[in-house]
Parts: sequence; structure tokens; C-alpha cells
Amino acid sequence: MTPISIAFLPLTDCAVLAAAKEKGFAADAGFDLRLIRTTSWAETRDRLVYGQAEAAHLLAPLAVGVSLGISQHRCPLAAPFKLNVNGNIFVMGNEFAQALDPDPVRRIEDPLATAHDFAVAIGLYRRKPIVGMVHRLSSHALALRYWLASAGIDPDRDIAMPVLPPSFMADALRAGEIDGYIAGSPWGLVAVDQGLAETVMVSARIWQRGVEKLLTFREEWMEAHPETVDRLIVALSAAAAWCDEPGNREELATLLSARDYIGLDARIILPSLTGTFPVRSGMPAVEVPDAMIFHREAAGFPWKSQALWIYSQFVRWGFIKASPENERITGNVFRSDVYRRALGMSGQPMPGASMKLEGSLSSPLPVGSSSGTLTLGPDRFFDDRVFDPSNIEEYLRSFK
Amino acid sequence: MRIVIVDDSGLRATVLRDGLCEAGYDDIHVVPPSGAWVATLERMAPDVVLMDLGSPSRDTLEEMLAVSRALARPIAMFVDQSDDQMIGAAVDAGVSAYVVDGLRKERVRPVVDLAIRRFNAFARMQADLNEARTALAERKTIDRAKAILMENRKLTEAEAYTLLRTTAMNQSRRMIEVAEALITAHDLLGGKS
Repeated sequence: MTPISIAFLPLTDCAVLAAAKEKGFAADAGFDLRLIRTTSWAETRDRLVYGQAEAAHLLAPLAVGVSLGISQHRCPLAAPFKLNVNGNIFVMGNEFAQALDPDPVRRIEDPLATAHDFAVAIGLYRRKPIVGMVHRLSSHALALRYWLASAGIDPDRDIAMPVLPPSFMADALRAGEIDGYIAGSPWGLVAVDQGLAETVMVSARIWQRGVEKLLTFREEWMEAHPETVDRLIVALSAAAAWCDEPGNREELATLLSARDYIGLDARIILPSLTGTFPVRSGMPAVEVPDAMIFHREAAGFPWKSQALWIYSQFVRWGFIKASPENERITGNVFRSDVYRRALGMSGQPMPGASMKLEGSLSSPLPVGSSSGTLTLGPDRFFDDRVFDPSNIEEYLRSFK
Repeated sequence: MRIVIVDDSGLRATVLRDGLCEAGYDDIHVVPPSGAWVATLERMAPDVVLMDLGSPSRDTLEEMLAVSRALARPIAMFVDQSDDQMIGAAVDAGVSAYVVDGLRKERVRPVVDLAIRRFNAFARMQADLNEARTALAERKTIDRAKAILMENRKLTEAEAYTLLRTTAMNQSRRMIEVAEALITAHDLLGGKS
């Protein structure tokens, strides 16, 4: 058995790791998998960077940030496998939400209109709204900034964005320390379940196939252990297929409810897997398609174009300067080559390219694949912008 | 050198503060991470911030360090990135140390070393305490199982103890497990005592 430690934060999207351990996918592949539950992204990062864990469940923008040296100690990280796509929920306290479209279904269906309503709601609110973030370098923060900016909101000026771990958000909202928050499942649903908040937006409506959590290694370690890495990716891919199976969702929710993982009632976790949840306490549930994807559409494939989208947003918000060097470092974090090497013989449909135009698909599309048929799901941004990774400068100019 | 300990465990903070005081540091403050603690910390302008590596408040602190305009000099984790051994020991002990830019590493090193020793000592103390608590709880359970046997089988205390021990040995179980099983069965059957 190969001992391997992976650090994770309690979230629905640690599902693939939990299933790999609890459903035997890791053991079958010869791994003695130890999962280290952490309480903050800083802790997850440090356990990876300083070698207490071989791998980590990490926010994609944070993995990029660590590699660029904008999150404490610079350390080149490498992500050959995405642990999921989508899953973040943006909620605001009931008082603030009153100023938005009262029909929560319409609210979620029309992100452009809701962004404008949100801008008006900021003006009507008794203070600058305080919106809890899980991290400055998170998919959540980038999506929220992107969405709000479309309505002329300057997030750095018009809202306050303190950082809190996802599991602390609902309590902070109850205590009046924040007015709303955006967090990964199931933590967004907790405040809705408790009647404290309403869903304002879901990340899958901002970007239909948004990049989320990555399986991340120290690049140096990954390069030194190709056999172990490939075997782990194969095991995790099998676990991801199991997680994606609708018939397994109840079992998965129960498994994740254990204290070793999320430590919340399975009743709260299940809706984050099915995408069927009330947006306001007591309301009938709405359907959010593709609320979280683990395996289908080659969900694990780390498209380099998605890393570069993160780079574009880092530049846009002034986190880093635009430079060929920063662009190169960012692109190298997403290791589609290692994904191909590990799963090339598995018979799974494999994308032929490593980059694509992000946001160009409005309906499912069969694409070139080295084996079998690969259908990519719709990946539109709500504002219909298309990100061309070969022309980032022009993309950035389009926001000015 | 102003040292701030961010900790909500009163005991661990005390253990660390006392250690630093004994070592001659006299500008030490303990800030529990609740309420407006980030603003408090910002006003204090610390040279070193010591914090549990596993504290849920670390992302909040790092965000403040990233955006603060009040801090004259940036603060980063572990001033001396070349000292792998020290960092390894700190991470193992669960210490994170944020140090103001420009502070000489030979001045910081003793503080971090001391924090590592105190964190380790505190962890041992906690482990001992837990062990003592467990031992006490187990003794109570075994006493109750003995009482049940004495009452129902009319045994002496020594005989009851021997019966529990031999049963445990025959079943390759711990005595506490046999005692717990006995108590559960007894309660299910509506027994008293």
C-alpha cells in the first residue's frame, strides 16, 4: 500500500476524495489514503506547501496565487485533475434581499437583471453591504466580482468583503457581522435553511462551467512521483464517476455528513448534489441544473484556458501585473498533460486540445476526442462574453 | 518587539505568553479572534503575530495583511524561508508565525522556537488531560459493571472483577468494552443500579 495524505476543507466538493476513501477506490488502487480535515484555506495551503500532505483539495485561484507568490510563501503548484465544476451559492440576508426580484426563480434565471437590482439594493441599504468571502483568491470572489461589475458595481468600493471560513458564515450572518456571503455548498444552503437568508445567485448561472476545486500537488513532488500520481488520478476518476451517478447521491450525502467530513445533516448536503433546493425557507424547491459536476463531460480535465481566465481576472482586479511571465506561470499550474498521461489508456473520452474558447458553447456540443465521444456542456458566461486565451489583452480591454 | 498572540483558547495563550515573558519579552498581547479583532490587531501594529496553524481565523488575518493600508511594513509567514527545519517543526507543532518585513531572522528565531516548544508542551498537556479523563470514565464504567455482577450473580467485588477480566481475555476484547456491553444489556433488560 502507498501511504498518501491529502488535505481538504469540509465542503460538498471534497466528495471525490471522501468517496475514494470510503468506497474503496483508493484502497483498490493500492493507496492507504489519509484525509486531513482543515479549518481554513491557509491551513490547507500550508500543509501542502510545507509537506505535511502530498496533495490538497484547493481553490483553483489559490493554487494559481501560491504559484505566483501572492499567497504567502511562493511555491510552484501543479493541478492535473479538477475535483468538481460549479457549486457556489451567493446568499443575502432577508432584509437586503427584499430589494431584489421577489420571485426567486426569476432572480436566479436572469443574472443580468439581478445584478442591476443588486446595484439599486446597495443604494437603498442602510450601510455598505458586508459580503463574506471564503478567500480573496477564490472562484467565488472572481465570479462575484465579474457579476457585480457587469452592473457598474465596483466591488472594492461599493461593498465590503471580509474573509471567513465557509463553515462560519451562517453564524456570522446571524450575529450581524455580515449581510450576506458567497460560499461553496453546502454552506450557502445553511443560512437559507435557517431562514436567515435567500439565495441571490448561484455560480453556475454566472459561468455555466466554472472552474472550482483542484487536486493540487507541489510541482516538484508531482514530477518526482509520476507512477503514484497517475495511479491516484485513475482512482479519483473512478470515485468521481461514482459521485456523479444520481443513484448514489443519497449515500454520498450520508457519507459526507460524518464529522470526519462536513459534519452537517445529510438533509442539508443532498440538495447541493441534486441541485434541487429552496432559495427561500419554506418556498418550493427550484431546479439548478449542473449545480455540481464531478465526472461527466471530462469534468476533471484541467483546461489551460481556464487557468488563463483566472490570470485575466487577477490582472483585471489588480492582484498581479500583466506579464508574459505571470501568464506562463499560471498556465503551467493546470497540467492537462498529466491528466492525459494518467487516463490516456482508460478508454475515457479525452479532449484533443488543452485550450478552448471559454464561454462559446450555448448548448451541449460533441467535440474532438481521442477515444469515444466527448460532449461538452454549455459553458456560457451570463453576459455572453467569450474568453479567447490567445488574446487576453483584448479581453481585458472589453471590461474597461 | 511587539508580539501578538491570536488565540481563543485562554489556556494555550497563557502558556505561550508566560513562556515569552520568562524569556524576557515584555510587549506581548493576547487577542481572541472575535468581534472586531482584525481592526484591533491592525491598530496594534505588531512585529510578530503567533497563531495556531489550524485556527479558522487565519484566512481572515491573511486578508487583512493583503489589503491593510495601516500597516507600515508588510507581514508574511515565517520570516526565514531558508530554514526548512524550523518551518517543519513549526508546522508539526501547529504554529504559524507572521513576521513583519525587515525584522532580522536571528531576532525572530528564538520567538518561533519558543512558540514551538510551548505549543508542543500544551499539546502534551492536553493529551495527558484527555487520557486522565478517559481513565477516570473507564474506571467508573468498570465499577458499575462490577456492581451489576455483584448484585445479580451474588459475587464478591474481587470475583466480579476476575469474571470481567477473564471474559475480556477469552474474547480478546478490552475490559472496558465488556463492561460497556454488560451495562447496555443490563439496561436493556430493565435492570436497575
